[in-house]
Amino acid sequence: MQWQECNSLWDATRAAGALSERFLCGGARAVNLAELDRKTSLGGKAGALRGRSVLIRTRDLLASALAMIELDGMVRRMVLCPPDLNTEGLRYVAAAVETDAIVGDGTISEDLSGLGTFVRCGTELEPCAGKREERLASEWVLLTSGTTGTPKIVVHTLQTLGMAVDSNIALEGRRPVWSTFFDIRRYGGLCVFLRALMGGDSMVLSSVVEPAASFLERAGACGVTHMSGTPSHWRRTFMSPTARRISPSYLRMSGEIADQAILDRLRDFYQAKVDHAFASTEAGVGFVVNDGRAGFPAAWAGTRQGETDIKVEDGVLRLRSRRNALRYIGYESHVLGPDGYVDTGDLVELRGDRYYYLGRQDGTINVGGSKIHPEEVEAVLQMHPKVRMALARARKNSITGGLVSAEVVLDKDPGSSQERVKLQDELLHFCAERLSRYQVPAAIRIVPELPLATSGKIVRRGE
Amino acid sequence: MSIRSTVLSEFESVAEQQNIKLAPLDDDLTLLSSGLDSLCLAVVVARLEDKLGVDPFSAPADQGRLPNTVGDFVQMYEEAVSRQAYR
Repeated sequence: MQWQECNSLWDATRAAGALSERFLCGGARAVNLAELDRKTSLGGKAGALRGRSVLIRTRDLLASALAMIELDGMVRRMVLCPPDLNTEGLRYVAAAVETDAIVGDGTISEDLSGLGTFVRCGTELEPCAGKREERLASEWVLLTSGTTGTPKIVVHTLQTLGMAVDSNIALEGRRPVWSTFFDIRRYGGLCVFLRALMGGDSMVLSSVVEPAASFLERAGACGVTHMSGTPSHWRRTFMSPTARRISPSYLRMSGEIADQAILDRLRDFYQAKVDHAFASTEAGVGFVVNDGRAGFPAAWAGTRQGETDIKVEDGVLRLRSRRNALRYIGYESHVLGPDGYVDTGDLVELRGDRYYYLGRQDGTINVGGSKIHPEEVEAVLQMHPKVRMALARARKNSITGGLVSAEVVLDKDPGSSQERVKLQDELLHFCAERLSRYQVPAAIRIVPELPLATSGKIVRRGE
Repeated sequence: MSIRSTVLSEFESVAEQQNIKLAPLDDDLTLLSSGLDSLCLAVVVARLEDKLGVDPFSAPADQGRLPNTVGDFVQMYEEAVSRQAYR
């Protein structure tokens, strides 16, 4: 049976075969997939959630994974909450998606009153009577960061998410074990998770509470063969004393610009096949570049590669494929443009026979895979009584790819250089109290003025 | 200030700003057990670039060099600064 014909994630997982030879390894324990056939992680209460709009809210990735397997095909809508979603964000999302139930492991202390039925989940399995009934085409709802500070809510289905990742390498006599540094409650990680299950493989999940060094040890012990992450994840891995604990055959980078240095370094370090992919929550996986070079072939523009139609218009990459998200919830703009393509907002530049990525059209700064909107940082700096105007922009960084750096125009000159340093320090603390760690500028420069474009907007230009 | 003390004082100031308890810095301490995560190290690298004018992590000469410990990290900066002086 083809995966497209399966009724649910569990159906497809089972159809891929060899359940007893496959596993899902979480931070605290591993589960053999054969166990899942007649066991539940929801206390057997999945039936109570039939046809509902459910938020999955756990800290542990395995707990979320087991809930997804049990609920797909059963619920109308399943919202995957990433661990950094705060309670305010959760309430916003719950209202927008018309939540009537929450599945949680109770590890996040917050008030969930008024959000519907609470069903406890976890990583412990218990026997479960009754046959699974999975008939609904559940909506898989992902959250991504929006400009205003509230999350953007993006709707996918198993059909748009399924088998979006592949490796085109053959392992001799071994069943692939996938892993990823990404959280499976976000697009990049979710695709790897679904690929492992639906493609007949195993998977090692990362953990929110586990240091990178022990995650690598665990992944190595599980015999990871295929692994994905951002260039920043890999740069961090190189600094870990446990980097050699894994010996993958296939490595894949996405979520940030992969430059030639990291591609070469990764290939040499692990003697592995290294690909990089273009993907976003809205566009899905666009394409995979497997020639080991940064950027992508210029000849791809205007053609179909695999399942994706690729266009470059006004220097911006546009993609159309079955992996595109269906729509947003609670957000007025459309996922697809009038031409049926997703506007990725990623700028590319033609140099020789390749297109190279330049960064985001809207100036979004990518700090180790976290999208930062400069407007939010500027708004905070401009709240400070001594700041008249602020500009936040990307600064290249060899560890996290990018960092935020800011320039401010003051009300009046602080006078001595001592006073300037004192004020810079004060502004950094001011930001730290009001912004997430990734948003706080690495440095704040005091400048006499900031250029404005004829539109009256501040001139944004990254390095 | 020596390169070493410039580097170490940047570790301390970033840890203080991020409210992170820094382990006592000696040469054998691995970077990842210092308490600083990759975001902190990124900020350290950016500030050192402003102060010393070098970023040894982006220099092609250091391809393949992987600082595991605080000692490696300091040494990378010492070498990068001296290379720059002869340029």
